[in-house]
Amino acid sequence: MRLSRGGYLIREGFRSIGTHGFMSFASVTIIMACLIIMGSVSLLSVNIDRLIGDLEDQNEVVAFIDDKYADEEQARSFQSAIEAVPNVSSVQFVSRTEAFENFMENYTDWMREGLDETTLRHRYVIHLTDIALMAQTKEDLKAVEGVADVRVHLEYADACITIRNVVSAISLVLIVMLVFVSFFIMSNTIKLATFGRREEIAIMKMVGATNGFIRLPFVVEGLILGSMGGSLAFLAEWVFYEMVTGRLVGSIAGEFFTFVPFKEVAPVVFILYMGTGILVGAFGGVNAIRNYLKV
Amino acid sequence: MVRMNDVTMVYESSGTVALDGVDLTINEGEFVFLVGPSGSGKTTIMKLITGEVHATSGSIIVNDFDMVKIKRRKLPKVRRTLGVIFQDYRLIENMTVYDNVAFAMRVVGASSRDIGKRVRYVLELVGLEGREKRYPKELSGGEQQRVAIARALVNSPRMIVADEPTGNLDPVRSLELMLLFEKINQMGTTILVVTHEKELVNALSKRVVTIDSGRVADDQDGGLYFNYEVE
Repeated sequence: MRLSRGGYLIREGFRSIGTHGFMSFASVTIIMACLIIMGSVSLLSVNIDRLIGDLEDQNEVVAFIDDKYADEEQARSFQSAIEAVPNVSSVQFVSRTEAFENFMENYTDWMREGLDETTLRHRYVIHLTDIALMAQTKEDLKAVEGVADVRVHLEYADACITIRNVVSAISLVLIVMLVFVSFFIMSNTIKLATFGRREEIAIMKMVGATNGFIRLPFVVEGLILGSMGGSLAFLAEWVFYEMVTGRLVGSIAGEFFTFVPFKEVAPVVFILYMGTGILVGAFGGVNAIRNYLKV
Repeated sequence: MVRMNDVTMVYESSGTVALDGVDLTINEGEFVFLVGPSGSGKTTIMKLITGEVHATSGSIIVNDFDMVKIKRRKLPKVRRTLGVIFQDYRLIENMTVYDNVAFAMRVVGASSRDIGKRVRYVLELVGLEGREKRYPKELSGGEQQRVAIARALVNSPRMIVADEPTGNLDPVRSLELMLLFEKINQMGTTILVVTHEKELVNALSKRVVTIDSGRVADDQDGGLYFNYEVE
């Protein structure tokens, strides 16, 4: 294809957006709306996932050191062995003195009566990489020399895992459904937009235009409309997200949850929105005129 | 040049036999009227020539292209040797007169300079100089049909194929258009016109091919419209 001809076809793509203003507007709006709906559900899912992750992080495992090792130096010597246990992400030593001080701060006078720091044992506060393996890790920790007992909240871990699995499954089903529905709506809108141009395409065919010559302006037009829809959806999503999370932070929900900052997910959201917009725009345009090319 | 041998065309969707063993040859430089009652098969012949439909059997050669064996992707090449004109003009509404004509040259990859020169020439030839910037809806029916003729002519086709080109025009404009076709024919372009306009056919005294019930019922040089008696 000659460069001047290519330039002409690209200009035609731009010109066509203005000529078919209303349908262009409709296509961009639909692409935008579908992306925002899909994106919002995905972001909600990301936030729920983060929330569950935070809850999981709060689920500590405590390994108590045997009373035989009352000396703090001795008790500290087990740290490397505990760190070497699979699935252990972090280990913090708490001496019986520190544990006693914490206890005294948190409990009432009558509970403190008759206690001194020798009542408590040296211990390690442990965080796990994967709480699904908590039961196995408990056994592994018990097997470490010097560890007398291990305290875990298996029921809490199981609850977190169940919630995470249910939320993931629901999110996945919703997102897949929305993707299908959105692609259907977007491709139909583009089909509708090109329907009025079937006569124009028939004329092009009759004067000897090749399919490639006819398609290129539609591809250019689809790329422009798709990227417009994608970028506008990204900006709208940003504003919408900041607005919603801003309100929630100020409310009671903000006391318990920390939301994923939009800037953290912005690059991924932008790439996905632009990619989907361009893909739907360009392929939707070409697909929509496919039947009109069979003349 | 068109050469059709024993061409049969059956529309699969309806089972209608549109053509039944048609033999027809149109030589380079001829002016031919294709006449006949509605539903006789005239438009099917046009569509076979332009490659819009494919024959059920028989052979068709159009400007050296075998239209039976031709692949779909090669059809644009055939169409660039033809100038097609329709009763309803089929202009692109959102393009100016100039762009409607220039468009056909852009399709074949002509340079902007060549397009400018050639488009002005053909618009002058069809009597539309000064109308370049108008849009189709700003023109009369006769003028719109002239734009369609200019578009058909702009790539110097070997043959003009016109399907009822005067169907929407008054008698005076119809005669003007036929005289324009005659002028184009004298410049060497083959002309095939499908028409119902008895007076025009009789006035121009060209070759008249009559189609009836999917067959060539009559074929006469300097013939008259419907001198063939329907049995």
